[in-house]
Amino acid sequence: MATTAVSTRRQAAQHDLAARKQRSLWRDAVWRLFRNRAAIAGLAVIVFAAFVAIFAPIIAPYSPIQQNTPKQLMEPIWTRWFGSQFTDSGYLLGSDELGRDILTRLMYGTRVSLIVGFVPVAVIFVVGASIGMVSGYVGGWVDNLLMRFTDIIYAFPDLLFVIIIVATLRGTELGTAMDGLLLIFVALAIVNWVGLARLIRGQVLSLKHREFIEAARAIGATPVRIMIRHLFPNVLAPVIVSLAFAIPGAMLTEATLSFLGIGVRPPTPTWGAMINEGFIVFQATPWPVLLPAFCISIILLAFTFVGDGLRDALDPRMKI
Amino acid sequence: MLRYVIRRLLLIIPTMFFVALITFSLAHLAPGSPFDRNENRPLPQEQLDKINRYYGIDQPIPVQFVDYIGNLLRGDLGLSFTRGRPVVDLIGQGIGTTAQLGVQALIVALAFSIPLGIVSALKQNTPLDYLSLLIATIGTTIPSFVTAIFLIYVLGASLHLLPFVGWGTWQHMVMPTFVLALAPGAFLTRITRASMLEAIRQDYVRTARAKGLREQSVIVGHALKNALIPVATIIGPATAGLITGSFIIESLFNVPGIGRLYVISINQRDYPMIMSTTLLYAFVIMIANITVDIVYGALDPRIKVS
Repeated sequence: MATTAVSTRRQAAQHDLAARKQRSLWRDAVWRLFRNRAAIAGLAVIVFAAFVAIFAPIIAPYSPIQQNTPKQLMEPIWTRWFGSQFTDSGYLLGSDELGRDILTRLMYGTRVSLIVGFVPVAVIFVVGASIGMVSGYVGGWVDNLLMRFTDIIYAFPDLLFVIIIVATLRGTELGTAMDGLLLIFVALAIVNWVGLARLIRGQVLSLKHREFIEAARAIGATPVRIMIRHLFPNVLAPVIVSLAFAIPGAMLTEATLSFLGIGVRPPTPTWGAMINEGFIVFQATPWPVLLPAFCISIILLAFTFVGDGLRDALDPRMKI
Repeated sequence: MLRYVIRRLLLIIPTMFFVALITFSLAHLAPGSPFDRNENRPLPQEQLDKINRYYGIDQPIPVQFVDYIGNLLRGDLGLSFTRGRPVVDLIGQGIGTTAQLGVQALIVALAFSIPLGIVSALKQNTPLDYLSLLIATIGTTIPSFVTAIFLIYVLGASLHLLPFVGWGTWQHMVMPTFVLALAPGAFLTRITRASMLEAIRQDYVRTARAKGLREQSVIVGHALKNALIPVATIIGPATAGLITGSFIIESLFNVPGIGRLYVISINQRDYPMIMSTTLLYAFVIMIANITVDIVYGALDPRIKVS
């Protein structure tokens, strides 16, 4: 009699489980993200930017470094309606002080911005995650070294440190590789992996004495397995959020460096460099500066909105 | 408490040493000397040797580092490579302007962000709240040089309301100050709002209401007093933000401070200037962080310093 009652109850429970569609935490997060209108708008801008970046050589009307001497400092086509004498229907957004097409240079600039956003962040993720895990779970000299290193890095503002690395190493082989992009990747990675490592270390410290880790250890899981299979999935949410904000941060740093004249080497078009070069002729025409400034604002806002959306979706409590 | 303060202050020494070591190594890893800039007209070797001897860069690098630290401890920061004048003088000339700009910006940031954050929290999820959050997001996201460009275009170049080159009269100071204040101000608004939101849900605020206090004294005397404690902690990061912001703002508006000097030195590879200014910045930021930690502990008895 008693056994039948138990089995009926179990059957009912199983039936209940099957009837309700299973939804994982991640599924919920995706659902919350897609309900966030600002995040969707940001995502759309990023997809569009990626499209422009990939197909720039096909859709751009000119070459980004092709100069056209009599057609310098053309103004965008719409300024014609406001009485500008200096427009040319061949240059929709006008031309810069060397007669290069601004629209083309903006399109190619998208490439640099997106690459700088993603490549260093991928490096930061790999380095920061592995060191943060070991530091938190194993401790020992790795942990000590990490903490001391953090103390020093925290005394430097990020941008200051990046500036020093880039400014001093610009003349070396590392600084000239890939038009200076490689050095920017390296500098960004050196400065930013520490923050992620510390974040993960803190999370791991609070998780490592929980029952599920103890259980895994009791059945003989190796430390590497525990870190990868048990700890890592549980620290992933804040890591994703932090990386989502690292992307616009890296793009902003590149723009600032190029604006200061120590970023990607000319004539490679980047938005920051376009602002830097255009500033010389700002009094004559503001467009070579205004248009890239506008592009930077839009792409950074897009990434920030997605980051905000991810944060709200992954952990509603983290909201500031 | 006293032991904590002393320990934090003593920790400055090794940290500064490593900051100096890193900057020094980086500066000397760079190829070439600052005096071989003109490739078409290279200096004769004996003259180059003479210059190198004059600036002490003919010595082996470890010797140079020891000399540098020794001189540093005596307050001698060396000679600027490009200006041939003591670095101390050059920094001394610009530091007043930079400090003034930074303090003005901090005051502006506090004056706008704290009221905005409080109102935003009290009117949570109203259009006013969303507006202030939007301003805060834009302020933290859009780089200061971009905001500065739009302002220069509208207020300076188009409407001719404000000058945008140079420094001196109050009109010159308006745009640089506001642009520099924007990023820390936006960040402060978010922090104030978040900490006020937390404070007004606390039990002691409910108690204050329950005993029949006027709403005004509940908000000001109970909620706000506690909500402002976390706000104090961001003065540290804000100082760092003001310093890095000053490079860009001073270069853009041609303000004769050390931020602009620093950017020029970087482009000219003037290593004594770069190193000294970097050390100064690191020192200021460390002091700001320590002050914040101490003040935080003093303001909030729930925080135990360790």
